[in-house]
Amino acid sequence: MSAASIATAAYLVAALLFILSLAGLSKHETARQGWTYGVVGMVVALAATVGLTVHDSPVRTTTVLIVVAAIGIGAVVGLWRARIVQMTGMPELIALLHSFVGLAAVLVGWASYIEVERNGLGGFTGSLLRIHHAEVFIGIFIGAVTFTGSVVANLKLSARIKSAPLVLPGKNLLNLLALLAFAVLTALFVIHPSSWAIIAVTAIALLFGWHLVASIGGGDMPVVVSMLNSYSGWAAAASGFLLNNDLLIVTGALVGSSGAYLSFIMCKAMNRSFLSVIAGGFGIEAPSGSDDGEQGEHRETSAEETADLLANASRVVITPGYGMAVAQAQHPVAELTRLLRDRGVDVRFAIHPVAGRLPGHMNVLLAEAKVPYDIVLEMDEINDELADTDVVLVIGANDTVNPAAAEDPTSPIAGMPVLRVWEAANVVVFKRSMASGYAGVQNPLFFRENTAMLFGDAKTRVDEIVGVLAAARAVPALV
Amino acid sequence: MLIGVTREPAGETRVAATPATVRQLIALGYDLVVEAGAGELSAFTDTSYKEAGATVGTADDAWGADVVLRVNGPTTEDVARPKDGAYLVSTLAPALNPELVDALAERDITVLAMDAVPRISRAQSLDVLSSMANIAGYRAVVEAAHEFGRFFTGQVTAAGKVPPAKVLVAGTGVAGLAAIGAASSLGAIVRATDPRPEVADQVKSLGGQYLPVVVEEQAQQSGDGYAKATSERYNEAAAKLYSDQAADVDIIITTALIPGRPAPRLITAADVASMKAGSVIVDMAAAQGGNVEDSVAGQKVVTDNGVTVLGYTDLAGRLPTQASQLYGTNLVNLLKLLTPGKDGQVVLDLDDAVQRGITVVRATGTGRGEKLWPPPPVQVSAAPAAAPAEQVQAPAKPQRKPLSAAGRVALVLTAIALLWLVIALAPAPIPQDFTVLTLAVVIGYYVIGKVHHALHTPLMSVTNAISGVIVVGALVQIGPGEHVIQVLAGIATLLASINVFGGFAVTRRMLAMFSKEN
Repeated sequence: MSAASIATAAYLVAALLFILSLAGLSKHETARQGWTYGVVGMVVALAATVGLTVHDSPVRTTTVLIVVAAIGIGAVVGLWRARIVQMTGMPELIALLHSFVGLAAVLVGWASYIEVERNGLGGFTGSLLRIHHAEVFIGIFIGAVTFTGSVVANLKLSARIKSAPLVLPGKNLLNLLALLAFAVLTALFVIHPSSWAIIAVTAIALLFGWHLVASIGGGDMPVVVSMLNSYSGWAAAASGFLLNNDLLIVTGALVGSSGAYLSFIMCKAMNRSFLSVIAGGFGIEAPSGSDDGEQGEHRETSAEETADLLANASRVVITPGYGMAVAQAQHPVAELTRLLRDRGVDVRFAIHPVAGRLPGHMNVLLAEAKVPYDIVLEMDEINDELADTDVVLVIGANDTVNPAAAEDPTSPIAGMPVLRVWEAANVVVFKRSMASGYAGVQNPLFFRENTAMLFGDAKTRVDEIVGVLAAARAVPALV
Repeated sequence: MLIGVTREPAGETRVAATPATVRQLIALGYDLVVEAGAGELSAFTDTSYKEAGATVGTADDAWGADVVLRVNGPTTEDVARPKDGAYLVSTLAPALNPELVDALAERDITVLAMDAVPRISRAQSLDVLSSMANIAGYRAVVEAAHEFGRFFTGQVTAAGKVPPAKVLVAGTGVAGLAAIGAASSLGAIVRATDPRPEVADQVKSLGGQYLPVVVEEQAQQSGDGYAKATSERYNEAAAKLYSDQAADVDIIITTALIPGRPAPRLITAADVASMKAGSVIVDMAAAQGGNVEDSVAGQKVVTDNGVTVLGYTDLAGRLPTQASQLYGTNLVNLLKLLTPGKDGQVVLDLDDAVQRGITVVRATGTGRGEKLWPPPPVQVSAAPAAAPAEQVQAPAKPQRKPLSAAGRVALVLTAIALLWLVIALAPAPIPQDFTVLTLAVVIGYYVIGKVHHALHTPLMSVTNAISGVIVVGALVQIGPGEHVIQVLAGIATLLASINVFGGFAVTRRMLAMFSKEN
């Protein structure tokens, strides 16, 4: 039993544990087990690799030092970030973490290239060497695209750069040129390996990744994050080819294909073409903006009136959106839910598949606020019941409840499945102002007769409603 | 500017401002004076107005204000009371009272008629006819219930079974819909008629059943939001429908009005005669001549066969507190429109269709007003727009035809054959690596297949942590001891470690939060 065979066996075990982990995370009941499997798998993989590396290393002390320092610092930083992140900031963090995988893949590619250069081809000959060179190139390319793409996604999500899609003239051509350059450089590099080619491909890939995500609008960010997740998997798989490491290939492929499938599900939910989203807004035209301007008179309401409306309702549905996350209103919303349920009001949540900036974003926030997950329903589960609902509270959602998607064939979001909140008897929309949503489309919902607008910060407003309801309950009924 | 709220003439229970609307008007920058006792019949005391921030004064104080708010139009004597340059806001029925309009135009004042608001959606918040019709519709049902000798709802009691009352509502405007809602929430079986078939859904949404009048031609769409007069053949079919229904139902509430014309006659004396004794009819159009042959405006009439016909014309006023509050709010919304600066200064913009529509007389500063009645027609109705929208139908995108089953199989087989070719030609270790890759892709796809939507984020964050497995690759490179490589691989290890630890830790935090209700 050699160190290498121990490691190989450990890799198989780790790969199986990762599969169990993903399977477990598909259901609420088994999600925590899934997490445990994942951690155990990672521990097994790390232990085996560290053992093998140290065992085979000619310079054991340095190796141990570097490994301990790198993993130690990484662990401290990672755990610290994970501890302090706000649940509303989750999308940014995940995007940032993806960029680390991308950058790591680039570094692994470079290190592998240097190794081959320095160590006189390291046992590779003929076609194998050429394949190795191609693998280095592909690994660096995918890694670099993931890196800059994730950085841009992170910046967009944390609102440090504008989230509107960047529209460069001839952007599709630019993307094609980048791919073409990549292909040409690969061919050149395979024949004549040189440092400048590898620097050039890194630069091209970095720019390509940046442009790819910059040309996707903020509204599509959930898909982008999930797509970058997939890319980071492919980057790991490419490194696996490079290092001839089965664990990397298996894990990378698992992450890559599951991420791609997740993005696909989401694209279907938004009625977007999967291909055009993963190709960086390829072929997406800028919205015509024909429908701008107000489409009538909206009606304003107050927190007191809304509280009244809720107290007298028997069925209430709350549809949260990104605005709830921004205003950090999930806790007051949960408190409101508890108060209403204590009064015997049937309260449920309707979550659009792309509400928020990350798939399942709203679920995470509501879970954080201790809203039981069995009253949090998906669009398809609740859409047909909205017509029997007395009051719908739309908290910081806009495009996902836009009737234009269902009724106006010329609208830029036509055909996107939306929550049909306008069928309810009353709709109260919590909103900062009359500005349009992420898609830049005016929302006729606001001008419907059964819609009332409650302007202001969602958190303050919900707090006020909670205040009114709690005060009403404090006065004992006389009868 | 100073706003005056005057007492209404005898017989009017409503008032043009309530303490709640007084506060809103003060917020717009106005001062208020309310004539003593103005809110008495609506249950608003002078004290409550004072508490809201208004002063209470005499009739002359209120009439002498810069803006005079009233429910009813001025009497001929009152025309002289506002000062020059003042604004007078009230209901006026300018189309029916040309002499009054002429008398007002003799004065140098601006007169706004609240009942002349154009029926466009933007103006709904100041549409008095709608807000009053809503109240009147509700009250009509209450009046009918008061006269009716039975329950509305069906019951099975120890003392026997009670059948539900059957109510027919003719005309489903605002009043009709309010009546349908009120009657069905009392438990009655409600039927409704209207020449516009598109209201069927609205009727249904309030718990009523829509009875269409079956003729070939449809009622004409009207541009101004009101139902138009109907054709001969339609009328015959409708008359038959009403005759049939009259014999069956217990209560009829009629709400059919055509602006500027006498109310259409829907229920004939013969229909009334066919009704059961104890039945009740409420004719909400009695003031305009009545939808029912036997109705007398403002009166309760009992026919020979024991049918009570109510022709009350003050139905909204019979709910004075509510009616005053809604009317007052309509006025507040008007003044919001007229006070763009929120500075207590009225600015009348005659280019605005709503403001132009209600302006009957405009002050000129020359000692005489300028008569602006009737306004140019406003053509903004929501309903007719629906039809062209459907015809547009977005320049049909070239739909890609879904692949046939055979085509699909062929495509898959081609792809697999290509893969086979590539692998077969590639040197080791590519084939082995590709085997692993391909199978792992398939597993990844199936494993994720049934993921619960709510778990997308934890799943993504765990796959993110797992993709940090690239640390393995970096670690392997540290071993051999080349310095540059060790630095690069060391950094890669550090980055990937952040990912691994951060990803798992954050997933754990999220999963800990998902809890089911016990």
